Amino acid sequence: MPIMMYRDALRRALYEEMKADPSVFVLGEDIGLYGGAYAVTKGLLEEFGPDRIRDTPMSEAAIVGAAIGAAMVGGRPVAEIMYVDFMTLTMDQVVNQAAKIHFMFGGQIKVPCVIRTQQGTGRGAGAQHSQSLESWFIHTPGLKVVAPSTPADAYGLLRASIQDDNPVIFLEHKGLYAVKDEVPEEPFVTSLGVADVRRTGSDVTLISYSRTMQLALEVAAQLEQRDISVEVVDLRTLQPLDMETVLRSVEKTRRAVVLHEAVMTGGLGAEVSARITEALFHQLLSPVRRVAAADAPLPANVALEKYVVPNAEQVIRAIEETLAVKQQIAR
Amino acid sequence: MNRELTKSLYRTMLLIRRTEERILEEMMKGKLASTMCHVSIGQEAVAAGTCSAMQPQDYLTSTHRGHGHFIARGGGLDRMMAELFGKETGYCKGRGGSMHITDISIGHLGANGIVGGHLGIAAGAGLWSQISKNNAVTVCFFGEGATNEGITHESVNMSALWKLPVVYVVENNHYAMSLAWERSTAQQSFIEKAKAYGIPGVDVDGQDALAVYEAASEAIDRARKGEGPTLIGAHTYRFLGHSRADPSKYRSPEEEERERARDPLTIMRTKVGSDVLSDSDVEAYEAEVKQMLDAAVKFAEDSPLAQPSTVFEDIYA
Repeated sequence: MPIMMYRDALRRALYEEMKADPSVFVLGEDIGLYGGAYAVTKGLLEEFGPDRIRDTPMSEAAIVGAAIGAAMVGGRPVAEIMYVDFMTLTMDQVVNQAAKIHFMFGGQIKVPCVIRTQQGTGRGAGAQHSQSLESWFIHTPGLKVVAPSTPADAYGLLRASIQDDNPVIFLEHKGLYAVKDEVPEEPFVTSLGVADVRRTGSDVTLISYSRTMQLALEVAAQLEQRDISVEVVDLRTLQPLDMETVLRSVEKTRRAVVLHEAVMTGGLGAEVSARITEALFHQLLSPVRRVAAADAPLPANVALEKYVVPNAEQVIRAIEETLAVKQQIAR
Repeated sequence: MNRELTKSLYRTMLLIRRTEERILEEMMKGKLASTMCHVSIGQEAVAAGTCSAMQPQDYLTSTHRGHGHFIARGGGLDRMMAELFGKETGYCKGRGGSMHITDISIGHLGANGIVGGHLGIAAGAGLWSQISKNNAVTVCFFGEGATNEGITHESVNMSALWKLPVVYVVENNHYAMSLAWERSTAQQSFIEKAKAYGIPGVDVDGQDALAVYEAASEAIDRARKGEGPTLIGAHTYRFLGHSRADPSKYRSPEEEERERARDPLTIMRTKVGSDVLSDSDVEAYEAEVKQMLDAAVKFAEDSPLAQPSTVFEDIYA
């Protein structure tokens, strides 16, 4: 199977969708001549021309507004917002417009647009270029929110997002662009709203998405050495959430830890934890644990940044704690 | 002077005026399903003049004070009234209300409750027209209050830069809720404002439907030819308060009296004379409009209420 970088997998998805459907076009800052701040759209201008690969002024609200407007009248735009931190400049468009139009106008108008952006730490980009803001979008009915962790998912989920008739916030991770993995050569689409069990296990379910999936898999491999069997679930789509897959796994393991790079308070971990607890309270052998970034802005100093975001030690400790509760009960 | 156009403009303005009066009347009777309702009484010439210059394939985006745009574009009164009454036969299935009345089949892309929120949407509709060559022009109505929103600047620049087929029509009713135009805006000339975007700007008497029609026609033709947007400042006046809750204490009775004397309906009759618009014409329109509104209210009253369970429909397409 061919090995492909996450960014190249995204480009392949854009390329194939643009080839297949003339209503698909891309707009955003530095996406054309420059090829994209993270090189996702590199080469597409040469292939599709400036009408469909459109460099925009630095006008985030208008970029998203224009994507919504074009989607309302027949286009299938893919807008790129360079950093999720800049999505703050688009929030009226995302929250009051894109998410509401279909419902508010009685189902008359669809808004099939994708807003691609990237988030996360790892590059010492500082407080205004490193956040993970998925909770803000999940908190808004009417949006779909996607956060792929592998090149294959980046490809399959972006294609599905472009084909979807709803506004999709597509959250890439700046630390994943150069990650390489297998992507099948045959074109495929990965359904939105379906989580993936990336590793099976029996003692505890570790739930994550985006770049912290790497951490989750690392920890699972380490703990295997100690005979602790960790099942790892990749949510992939954050709205709608595939709780069926999560609950099926936790029913089996009876313990769960949720891991993400966004700050703890009001994070997706709280939602997933609450839903597991509501559904499986009496089956759980220990409280659901969360591992997330500290409730702090992100420093630009890489050493300090590492101190804020979750690490393997914290995940291992959380897992050990869920197991310890069981041992206490057993005693 | 085009007699048919003149008559039709007058009839449209009258239809908007009487509809909004009727809406207020029904509101007082407690018939409306929502407390949110902003009428455009006094501003009818802007909607009528502009929409008369549009072609069937064109789009428009509208505001929280959007009844006039909707009616002038040919929106139906029955389903509009049903929407206001919270009925499932309403244009938005009884869940949009006054601020969000929309009919995509007439190219109406929605009345928007966020001041300036639809400026980017209008640019996007124009962008798709340019890419798909669908020969449509998008008319973007907004109030002078929205000229001070950030997205307005972003969107007008984007449309001007790419020469998108968009026409910006600022309904300058001189009050952003309570804030007077003079107290909110440093540059009050739309000719000067437009220069900053490298596009033509027009200041037009928004109480003169024929003058608005002329300005809009020129701008729409220009947009359709691929020459880009125009910024039209139509100077009008909001005869009533921002909403029913507003007693308009921030402006003087003298000012209100002076401005209400510039009623677009009266101005047109005076301007064209009774040769073109006779008393019997006006009487006939009044009778016709009354009948339409009675029928619309009856349709709304007879329609079933929107059911609570429908709030889970149409969240996703």
